[in-house]
Amino acid sequence: MTDALLKVDNLVRHFDVSPPWLNRVIERRPKSVVKAVDGIGFEIGRGETFSLVGESGCGKSTVARLVVGLYNPTAGTLEFDGIDISSGAARARNRGAQRRMQMIFQDPYASLNPRWRVTDIVAEPIRFNKLVSGDAAIRVRVGELLEQVGLSAADGEKYPHEFSGGQRQRVSIARALAGSPEFLVCDEPTSALDVSVQAQILNLMKKLQRELGLTYLFISHDLAVVYHVSTKVGVMYLGRLVEWGETEVIFNAPRHPYTRMLLDAIPDLDMSGRARTPVAGEVPSPIDPPSGCAFHPRCPLATDRCRSEAPKPVSVGAAMVACHAVEENRLPEWHG
Amino acid sequence: MGPVSRMQDNFARFFDGDIWHSFRTSPVTVVATVLAVVMIVAAIIAPLITPQDPFDPASLDLMDAFTGPVWGADGVWRFPLGTDDQGRDLYSAILYGSRISIGVGFASVLLSIVIGVTLGLIAGYVGGTTDAVIMRIADVQISFPALLVALLLNGVLRALLPGSSQETLALVVIIFSIGMSIWPQFARTVRGSTMVEKSKEYVQAARVIGLSSRAIMFRHVLPNVMGPVLVIGTINLAIAVLLEATLSFLGVGVPPTEPSLGTLIRIGQDFLFSGEWWIVIFPGIFLALLVLSVNLLGDWLRDALNPKLR
Repeated sequence: MTDALLKVDNLVRHFDVSPPWLNRVIERRPKSVVKAVDGIGFEIGRGETFSLVGESGCGKSTVARLVVGLYNPTAGTLEFDGIDISSGAARARNRGAQRRMQMIFQDPYASLNPRWRVTDIVAEPIRFNKLVSGDAAIRVRVGELLEQVGLSAADGEKYPHEFSGGQRQRVSIARALAGSPEFLVCDEPTSALDVSVQAQILNLMKKLQRELGLTYLFISHDLAVVYHVSTKVGVMYLGRLVEWGETEVIFNAPRHPYTRMLLDAIPDLDMSGRARTPVAGEVPSPIDPPSGCAFHPRCPLATDRCRSEAPKPVSVGAAMVACHAVEENRLPEWHG
Repeated sequence: MGPVSRMQDNFARFFDGDIWHSFRTSPVTVVATVLAVVMIVAAIIAPLITPQDPFDPASLDLMDAFTGPVWGADGVWRFPLGTDDQGRDLYSAILYGSRISIGVGFASVLLSIVIGVTLGLIAGYVGGTTDAVIMRIADVQISFPALLVALLLNGVLRALLPGSSQETLALVVIIFSIGMSIWPQFARTVRGSTMVEKSKEYVQAARVIGLSSRAIMFRHVLPNVMGPVLVIGTINLAIAVLLEATLSFLGVGVPPTEPSLGTLIRIGQDFLFSGEWWIVIFPGIFLALLVLSVNLLGDWLRDALNPKLR
């Protein structure tokens, strides 16, 4: 990869969820830490869409929040277009980098301030970054943005509660675009929407990417959506990436048993007849993750080595995989 | 849409809305509101509708002292509710006194809203040690009765002020004492709502844009936590009026030359057993009605703004 816009290296974020000090002392309970993100690294090239997929609680939303600076990393580095944004201090020094990224949130009902008119919501990044000056000019710019996302300029006078979920998500996108970003972090932007509306929003996002040359970090648990939008996919399990690479490679020739398990569980209209394999078991607690490879309690190929030693990512074909079975070449054929 | 049509729009929405409906269908609230409004308006326009300025010693005549109400044996139309020991017309004194009571009430609630909302917002938004420090101070204060805190502050402030300014600053002192004794309620409520709002995505969106914490707190969070403040503010208005009356009754409030409702009651109770009952009864009834109607209004507001009770 030559032109990486975002470089993430060995990113770690732990959350202290210990009981209060007094309870720890009296009840002799230990400190406990959730390892939400436990050492992941990837690069996103300019104009690409990198998707992170995984079950609930695997840390994919935490990665999104780390990238835009809502959380600070416990360890590891984040580099945006060569600018270090690994810590709050570094981010504050390089305000320019923060200005070039925006985020779209999951819940269209919570992500817009209910007391503000849409015009003011969308105008906020413009006013803050002083991109356009003068109220009339700002109004015109907001109108353009609203039309760009498929709403009408007159909608700016309304309050968020006057819109449907899909329309609100369009407002959210307009607000994100208002700051003229190059990089958008989308945290499950469609999972709160109806399927028909999902497609509209995804197509809108693809259209905007083409027109404005945007780069996306896309977080989702919906593999069909991910296949539709992404150029690259990373599969996360308990705070780690288990397999990442080009979308076509991951979907057509998955290697990691977890990726295979997820793909097997997708309902597919062509697949009539073949019984789908349900995803077995629950995600273990990230407070006390299993030893060795975190996936071993659910893995059909687990051996003693998997139980004791964490696999390192290795390059296989066009993808990176962290799995002993792949390394040892004892992977069964993928039915494809 | 211009600002005027926006305003009309908001009015139309208000009269269409649930709150107006809930107001109209609650006769108790309507009566309480009318009563409160009449009392407050009467207090404001008191000089226009009273025969005498009870705060002006020149207009008082000791010969008129202890005149009974107009329907009594010695009643005269000049003093519809009788006079007190100084010859003050009670009807005028009550309206002038309620000006002070209501004024002090509003001012001290406003002061406590400013202090309480600001501290609550900071505590809830910043969290951590700041939150712990602010809320422990509030807890300590809330564990003392508000009257005690007000009395204490009042005493300390009076001791600190030079004697000459005590009379002129008496109102400021009493407003400050009451305001400082009820702010923790606002701080607690606002802190709770702020913590809820803080976790919502619109606040996170503002953080991603790069807004400062202060801008987020006051522009985004504040408008969304003011609903409960309105309710507690109304209920605390009644409490503040009562506190002022209590302080004046105890003789630490406003100077006796400018009696508030509490002062009138204190003066009156000296004469209760010698037969001049009207000096204490009429200010007492006025005070009770004022506090009751404001309280009923606050209760209704609390229910009307709480979607779970609809």
